[in-house]
Amino acid sequence: MLLTLLRRHLPHYTLQVGIVLVLLLVQSIANLYLPNLNAEIINNGVATGDTAYIVRTGSLMLAVTLVLALVAVATAYMASRVAQGVGRDLRGSLFTRVLSFSAREMDHFGTPSLITRNTNDVQQIQMFLQIGLMLLVSAPIMAIGGVIMALHEDVHLSLLLVVIVPLMAAVVAVLLSQAVPLFRVMQVRLDRVTQVLREQIMGVRVIRAFVRVEPEAERFERANADLTGTALRVNRIFAAAFPMLMGIMNLSTVAVLYFGGRLVDSGDMPIGNLTAFLMYIMQILMAVLMAVGMVIFVPRAEASAERIADVLDTVPAVTDPARPREPTGATGAVTFRDVTFGYPHGDRPVLQDVTFELRPGETMAVIGGTGSGKSTLVKLVTRAFDVSGGVLEVDGLDVREQSRERLWSRLGLVPQQAYLFQGTVADNLRFGRADASEAELWHALEVAQASDFVAAMPGALDAPIDQGGTNVSGGQRQRLAIARALVKRPDIYLFDDCFSALDATTDARLRAALRADTAGAAVLIVAQRVSTILHADRIVVLDEGRIVGLGPHAELMRTCEPYREIVESQLGEAAAA
Amino acid sequence: MMMHGPPMGGRPGAMRRGAGMGPGRMAAMPAERSKDLGATLRQLLARLRPEWPMIATVALLASASVAFNVIGPKIIGNATNVIFDGVIGKQLPAGMTKDQVIALLRARGQGQLADVLTSTNAVPGVGIDFTALTHVLAVAVAVYVLASVLQWLQAYLMAGVAQRTVYRMRQDVESKLARLPLRYFDSHPHGDLLSRVTNDVDNVTTTLQQGMSQLLTSVLTVVGVLAMMLWISPLLAAISLVTIPLSLVVTIVIARRSQPQFVAQWARTGELNGHVEGMHAGHALVQVFGYTDRAVATFGQQNEELYEASFRAQFLSGIIQPAMQLLTNVNYVGVAVVGGYRVATGTMSLGDVQAFIQYSRQFSMPITQIASQMNLLQSGLASAERVFEFLAAGEVTPDEVAAELTEPPGRVQFQDVSFRYERDKPLIADFDLDVRRGETVAIVGPTGAGKTTIVNLLMRFYEIDGGRILLDGVDTRDLARETVRRSFGMVLQDTWLFAGTIRDNIAYGKAGATEDEIVAAARAAHADPFIRALPDGYDAILDEEASNISSGEKQLLTIARAFLADPPILILDEATSNVDTRTEVLIQQAMARLRHGRTSFVIAHRLSTIRNADEIVVMDAGRIVEQGTHAELLARQGFYCDLYASQFAEEVGSEAAVATAS
Repeated sequence: MLLTLLRRHLPHYTLQVGIVLVLLLVQSIANLYLPNLNAEIINNGVATGDTAYIVRTGSLMLAVTLVLALVAVATAYMASRVAQGVGRDLRGSLFTRVLSFSAREMDHFGTPSLITRNTNDVQQIQMFLQIGLMLLVSAPIMAIGGVIMALHEDVHLSLLLVVIVPLMAAVVAVLLSQAVPLFRVMQVRLDRVTQVLREQIMGVRVIRAFVRVEPEAERFERANADLTGTALRVNRIFAAAFPMLMGIMNLSTVAVLYFGGRLVDSGDMPIGNLTAFLMYIMQILMAVLMAVGMVIFVPRAEASAERIADVLDTVPAVTDPARPREPTGATGAVTFRDVTFGYPHGDRPVLQDVTFELRPGETMAVIGGTGSGKSTLVKLVTRAFDVSGGVLEVDGLDVREQSRERLWSRLGLVPQQAYLFQGTVADNLRFGRADASEAELWHALEVAQASDFVAAMPGALDAPIDQGGTNVSGGQRQRLAIARALVKRPDIYLFDDCFSALDATTDARLRAALRADTAGAAVLIVAQRVSTILHADRIVVLDEGRIVGLGPHAELMRTCEPYREIVESQLGEAAAA
Repeated sequence: MMMHGPPMGGRPGAMRRGAGMGPGRMAAMPAERSKDLGATLRQLLARLRPEWPMIATVALLASASVAFNVIGPKIIGNATNVIFDGVIGKQLPAGMTKDQVIALLRARGQGQLADVLTSTNAVPGVGIDFTALTHVLAVAVAVYVLASVLQWLQAYLMAGVAQRTVYRMRQDVESKLARLPLRYFDSHPHGDLLSRVTNDVDNVTTTLQQGMSQLLTSVLTVVGVLAMMLWISPLLAAISLVTIPLSLVVTIVIARRSQPQFVAQWARTGELNGHVEGMHAGHALVQVFGYTDRAVATFGQQNEELYEASFRAQFLSGIIQPAMQLLTNVNYVGVAVVGGYRVATGTMSLGDVQAFIQYSRQFSMPITQIASQMNLLQSGLASAERVFEFLAAGEVTPDEVAAELTEPPGRVQFQDVSFRYERDKPLIADFDLDVRRGETVAIVGPTGAGKTTIVNLLMRFYEIDGGRILLDGVDTRDLARETVRRSFGMVLQDTWLFAGTIRDNIAYGKAGATEDEIVAAARAAHADPFIRALPDGYDAILDEEASNISSGEKQLLTIARAFLADPPILILDEATSNVDTRTEVLIQQAMARLRHGRTSFVIAHRLSTIRNADEIVVMDAGRIVEQGTHAELLARQGFYCDLYASQFAEEVGSEAAVATAS
């Protein structure tokens, strides 16, 4: 998954990655050249007592060292560009992809998880790339370069590598095959511990109310013991692996001296080469160790890559048609024709055979029990979901044949959860129409019964709003959300149970003002309070996904038993008498 | 040689920023610096006390392992000397002594070669002494094998020490959560609390696992290597030591420049996260209001700024490594040149130079490691401090059980109860209430009137400051808190579900509930139809925020949970505020069944509940302002009367309207 993701995003940085590779190659060559020069100092300087040669070659070594440092800095530069660049690209792709999601994908992933994926997970990939480009890539170069140089020093002695390298490879392979899966398990168990703790904090009242402290403690102890057990195993594997690799490395130097001594004695190899050979072996093994050290980053990066790819590979359930059509006229009508909707794997459809038409200038209300599908109606109009059966038309054309942008431009939505964005009051009001004038904003606020409290806020229209709108009360939030939809001046309004936090007086005044302001537009109101919908032109009564009544209040009171039940429950038995 | 030890234990390779947490956790990152380092360190060491014998063993093993590792290069150097002796000796005419050859060479004007010869043990005419070589190398093998075995033992034991310590710390943290008063949870931001018990504990884990073992070996290695270097050649040792202050200066200079970039990087990250959070949380609005393009434009700009900031931060900190390597290499060249010169002049053996080169390489590595360990340690101590702060928070007073309830209680009495959340803000004073078995008390008041305070006191989430609360005549303070809480069943305003199946969430109300009981409870709460409509039905997994079901449905689940618990006294805290009225009718019917013969406290918003209540407690601004029956309170023409008129007027008014209409 990690590789797939990188294969998709690294090609934009082919040049930079290429430069990194070249720079690393130069680095390795310079690194490998140093022992060579050292060997020459011993062979030609030390062994013969030529101090001038020693100083001369020493200066050359110093120069190589300097080049090495400059190249390393350049590598760091390029690697940072690539790692941070890929991160930036991933964030961009994720963000735009999520914006194209429908409600189904949003529900599937959940907002917090999507945010984590765009931030933490991308950071993991960045860190992996940053370190990977500087260490992981240079490890094989150093290892291969070391082998080549060792061969160059002495072919016979290099036969030692035939034993050492596979031995190390075997140790590393065993280590990886053991440790990597354990790392994955550990991550899962760590998440579990965090989750239990989080639930104990968030649910402290419930836990204590139900006297569940002890079962919770047991639940945690299990999670903690699981985590500790896995962490211990991982650490013990590494506790064995590193001394083993070190041991192999140290014993290799012994072997080099043992066999090399014979070669030197027979005059087949100068003694300086022996020292150089030791350095190369050291370098090869260091490279291997470095690569092993990188291993711990892999499972994390892998898991993050998977979570990122999950999002990027998700095709939204709702998409624009290949060839969008324009409706012949912007009539502002919303027509449900035998609409059925169900969630995949759901036992029964949420909506079944729903047929009604909302005409321009008409206010239609929807009432019904929880799970009756009220809010789903609104979500179908906005194409948060698509119908499973039947046809839903806006402006006389199937919504699935229109471009979503076009459809959305026709709609004014006030959702159940009044969400406000971080920014000023004005920013929020202009959300749907950036060029709305201040006078228009104030007008919308008047209608939404929000002008008084906005005027009283420090800065009025420029008053800051916190993320989500948490710095204003629930009722104020709902009124601002209504004003936001009004500023957009759409032909079709969708009010999804958005009057619930208003007191009765405000609710009544707001509805009166709305009626005047939205005259000519088609208005769909989903509500729970009977008083909110009493005066709608027509009322749709939903029960378990089916329309059980459709008509004005007075008519429904006579003909629709479920409707009467609702009214009675709210207004008392007397009402029905 | 010292390697990067196993850097794990907490989150592998973890930065100090935990994963898998909700949004906004960036703000709750563990502190980077600790306030009182010494005190925290002492506390951390105290936590290690049960492990002292083990730690002593580990230290002993580490010292031995490091000693053997440090001696290694010197032995290898000796082996090189044996070979070098043979190489030189072979070139010399046999039958002469070394001194004779040196004299001869000087006479011939080959003074330099003569110098080389003086520092060797070469025997003229004799090649490499393989017996001696084998002997030396056998010692080297023994030393290295021992070093590795000891190192393994040490790391093995250390892993246990670290993990056991962290295990205990986690257990302490968790049991602390259970002993903290509700007041603590209500007065501390949950995000910060969570960060302490997860991120900070993980950070301490990493420090313990990675830091202690490595710090120990690093320090020992530096000492050992330094000793060896000084022993072999004080002059070369001096050259190597010069690079230490140099590397420190380089690190500090670069770190000082990169620090502001890191700050900028995290600031930009925070901004970007804020934008992402807003746009994703308001997803439907962004789409329908045509804000997508503007959202992408803002994101693009912030993303670019983050990219620039993080690039600079990463690049600058990435320079440290090459700079250190440069110094290491300069040192290496210095040793090679000066050492070569000394061998050539006969004042040092080749093997010693070779050993020295190895030592000087070994020297710089633990030093950079110690530097990074110090960073880690500092951050770990800052986290430890936050954890200890949490562990030191005041706990609930232990139960003093002086009484038992012989049967399920039904009568609840408040006698002269007084209570305040903050010392200078008295909320409830001289509150009296007598609720007999089966009666219903309605608690009413405007939003934010503090109606949950009554719940807090009934459940002993908070302790009263004066007076008594009696259950069947027994002071609740004489009962175990568990006994008190078992007597109540409650449905809270903030629905709380945990990650798991729907079934498990309902079963939370009763340990060992059967499938039939669970389904019956769900039916009673009218949650059964929607549960069956979910993919996987009762086995449907609720995710962490339970975002896959609606708020009304969540409420139904918590109601089902209360049904299953079947308690003698009920507390319904706006239980049905998110449930639509039709469902509420059904719930109310079921509730009426459930309430039959049970005492109930209802934080009520519905007229019918209020009118039928045996007693109404009216609250405003946290205080109890009136109490009595509906008729009494109306007659009093006080706060309740006004509240009733304003909140329920329309419903009363529409009663008339509807009556006329029909």
